Amino acid sequence: MSLNVSDLCIARGGLPVLEGVNFTLHPGGALILRGPNGIGKTTLLRSIAGLQPPLGGAVRGGDDRIAYSAHSDGLKSALTVTENLQFWASVFGTRSIEAALAAFDLTALHDRPAGTLSAGQKRRLGLSRMLVTGRPIWVMDEPTVSLDQASVALFATAVQAHLASGGSALIATHIDLGLAAEVLDLGPYRAKPLALDDFDGAFL
Amino acid sequence: MMALLIRDLRLAVRAGGGFGLGLAFFLIVTVLVPFAVGPQSDLLARIAPGVLWLGALLSCLLSLDRLLALDWEDGSLDLLATAPLPLEAVISIKALAHWIATGLPLVLAAPLLGVLLNLPLDGYLWLVVSLLLGTPALSVIGAFGAALTVGLKRGGLLLSLLVMPLYVPTLIFGAEAARRGAMGMGVETPLLMLAGISAGVIALMPFASAAVLRINLR
Repeated sequence: MSLNVSDLCIARGGLPVLEGVNFTLHPGGALILRGPNGIGKTTLLRSIAGLQPPLGGAVRGGDDRIAYSAHSDGLKSALTVTENLQFWASVFGTRSIEAALAAFDLTALHDRPAGTLSAGQKRRLGLSRMLVTGRPIWVMDEPTVSLDQASVALFATAVQAHLASGGSALIATHIDLGLAAEVLDLGPYRAKPLALDDFDGAFL
Repeated sequence: MMALLIRDLRLAVRAGGGFGLGLAFFLIVTVLVPFAVGPQSDLLARIAPGVLWLGALLSCLLSLDRLLALDWEDGSLDLLATAPLPLEAVISIKALAHWIATGLPLVLAAPLLGVLLNLPLDGYLWLVVSLLLGTPALSVIGAFGAALTVGLKRGGLLLSLLVMPLYVPTLIFGAEAARRGAMGMGVETPLLMLAGISAGVIALMPFASAAVLRINLR
């Protein structure tokens, strides 16, 4: 079952930022979102993940199938790498975290408190969470921030393995991941400014 | 759900978790009251149940702003909201973890601190029973307040102001049950009211908390 976004209109802080967004993400496919800062990439991803309701349009096929990865990794600095990942694995009902640790080269760091990791290592731990969710659609917001080239390659490998196993990925990023993915430029979907000639407009 | 409870308890006892904060505050309040009131043991005995209840309530209040704010800051609240757990369950578990880490130690410490306030011998049992029945309500109502103020920087003041009026019924009936117990009177009525309040908020409040949390996460 594919993720279908039709005529989606979304707002940030009460003002529409994107309108008429249409795309379909099929199993095994990846879609890269591009666009300048402030165009609404994060807002679009949050809407698709179900964290905020859209102004109009619909997202179909995403219920309980989306794993969302935000700007921040949601790590607890007092817990170790294993404890952090094991928690998410239990929440999502996955048993083993070994494969996820190995995929992001974290096995050697497994008993370090997450607070002592570098920014890039934290990011890798945050990304390895996607592997333990066991969900088919990955929705990721700037996943490669603070990663070095080797880690970006690890990430690209993980995404390719996920796609090969029938999953799909929706990624907002500015860099080239070397994936055979469609690219969706959000620029043309920018919402038109609100008409300010109505009564409320004078107060906005 | 167990995983979330274990994680929250583990975080509470690790460094910086604030496990002892409420307990230390409770200790300070009850130790200082006799100094402030003066060495009149009959007066202390009369106000002891009320002081102990008030101290327990304020200690609960003190640790509320950590309940959801930390998860909000590091982004794990967003991730929990997209996880298979319903938000109602998340907030209930978080309130339970808060009760185990804050409310339960207060209940256990209260009889020891009752000695300092010259609490009458009959009062100890009913003090512990009333706190045991009342503190879960404090945690659940507090979780609602924390959900209301979750996105706000330094929301602690607003949280206290919002939660204070909701705490009043629990305080009235809890302190009344402990006072009547200490004076050797019947405690059934205030205890039943207290139990009713706790049962009611435990059943209904998580839905309200989850609803405001959903709005605040937008």
